[in-house]
Amino acid sequence: MSSVVESLSCFVRSSIGKKILVAATGLVLVLFVLGHMIGNLLAFAGPDAINAYGHLLQTSLHGGGVWIARLGLLAAVVVHVVATISLTRQSRAARPDAYGRQKAQVSGRAARTMIWSGLTLLCFIVFHLMHFTVRNIENFGGPDYEVVLDGEKMHNVYKMVVVGFSHVGVSAFYILSMVLLYGHLSHGVSSLFQTLGLATYRSERIFKAIGHAYALLILVGNCSIPLAVLAGVLK
Amino acid sequence: MSLLNLHLKVWRQHRGQPGHFQDIEAREIPDHASFLEMMDIVNERLITSGQDPVAFDHDCREGICGMCSMQINGVPHGPERATTTCQLHMRHFREGDTIWIEPFRAKAFPVVKDLMVDRGAFDRIQQAGGFITVRTGSAPDANAIPIGKEVADAAMDAAACIGCGACVAACKNASAMLFVSAKAGQLNSLPQGQPEKDRRTLAMVRQMDKEGFGHCTNHYECEAACPKEISVRWITKLNRDYAAAGLREAFVGRQEAAEGGD
Ligand code: HEM
Ligand code: FES
Repeated sequence: MSSVVESLSCFVRSSIGKKILVAATGLVLVLFVLGHMIGNLLAFAGPDAINAYGHLLQTSLHGGGVWIARLGLLAAVVVHVVATISLTRQSRAARPDAYGRQKAQVSGRAARTMIWSGLTLLCFIVFHLMHFTVRNIENFGGPDYEVVLDGEKMHNVYKMVVVGFSHVGVSAFYILSMVLLYGHLSHGVSSLFQTLGLATYRSERIFKAIGHAYALLILVGNCSIPLAVLAGVLK
Repeated sequence: MSLLNLHLKVWRQHRGQPGHFQDIEAREIPDHASFLEMMDIVNERLITSGQDPVAFDHDCREGICGMCSMQINGVPHGPERATTTCQLHMRHFREGDTIWIEPFRAKAFPVVKDLMVDRGAFDRIQQAGGFITVRTGSAPDANAIPIGKEVADAAMDAAACIGCGACVAACKNASAMLFVSAKAGQLNSLPQGQPEKDRRTLAMVRQMDKEGFGHCTNHYECEAACPKEISVRWITKLNRDYAAAGLREAFVGRQEAAEGGD
């Protein structure tokens, strides 16, 4: 037993082991981001659709479902952030003296700025949770935000989204964060196939294309909501 | 033949001391000279004028030993694809060009003098697992073990690695993953390498970490810089082999491993 733990902790402390953790937690977050976006797009199907969806999430497994998801996602984010910061620090230390001239031949800007897009996303995640989950940036609770649907009282998610995104500054920060998420994903998604040892000579291009298409899908899908609110399409 | 007048910015450093760029005018360099021959001409003139010549590594001067490590205008071994510094010719430069010449920079490659770095870290990684254990004395029959053509070809591609360190020099993280993956992958793909596969993979990666190289962020600058065009698919394989070896080490006991024939 203890030797299992010892070997595993040695594994996750190694550079490759740590990077595999980054990829595995990245994959969890990638899948979550897609599900989250699809759910949110229900706003375009009208208030009832998204309110019922919100209610379903809140009440699944007698209210336990949402907490299982929250704890799982929290763990994924914490591991992802701790591992990437640790790897970034180790790799900075691996080149203490900078070159006078250094030319990147093939790597793109998105790849070279993963830590910065990531840290901004971390700020965004904290803000987003305070905004729509804890709701202590603006008061989205109380009787003003209650609706009754099929005889059940539930939170008016639709109204919260519309009021939340009607502030231009808030919407602008969401959109900026989504642009950075686009960068993070356009490198990250194809990169995780390499880290997990799945890329091959033949499939590599397909994974690259999937990564870019996925990143674009998330960008367009997520930005459409604040933009629709600002344009008065969702009201 | 035409002659080139070039401005060199050359890194000068003594071991353990801070370094600096020295401006050197390289006049009337024949454009058919190799880069190292240009350095020889510059050094001759430095010596004649009583100055300290620029120390740089070189040996075979035909692209197979991997000694001629230099970062030229921000790229290991200069701007040409799939060439070492000794194979780079001055005709790729223009009259009046400024050329930055620096050592390969990594914590694991300490500067010995000027452009010479100590790449002993690579040797220690090889010693940790980059070998197979065979009975020496009577040479085994060359074709006793059948090896598929594809396997032999792939292993040969990995074996093309000359251990020059360009991958480390090009990587923003000074990662040695391309080198380690080629050396481990070559043996891990061949039947002769199977008995020690897990042990080799774990030992080489651990030594790589211990030497202070960075990690792989999948930018593939190493592949672009490699004079032997080693593919980053070897890194994919190392990631896979390392994950499998690590999990087997954690969960599989000696007896089960023996049953698996490993
Ligand atoms: C929605 C949230 C996020 C998603 C979907 C996500 C996804 C990913 C994915 C798929 C990768 C690629 C893993 C690989 O190369 O194998 C990655 C890498 C990375 N992530 Fe995230 N990430 C998120 C949040 C963050 C945050 C908050 C940080 C903050 C530090 C961060 C920092 C990084 C860094 C630095 C890398 C590159 C690691 C490396 O190449 O070694 N990410 N991310
Ligand atoms: S001197 Fe041998 S490879 Fe350049």
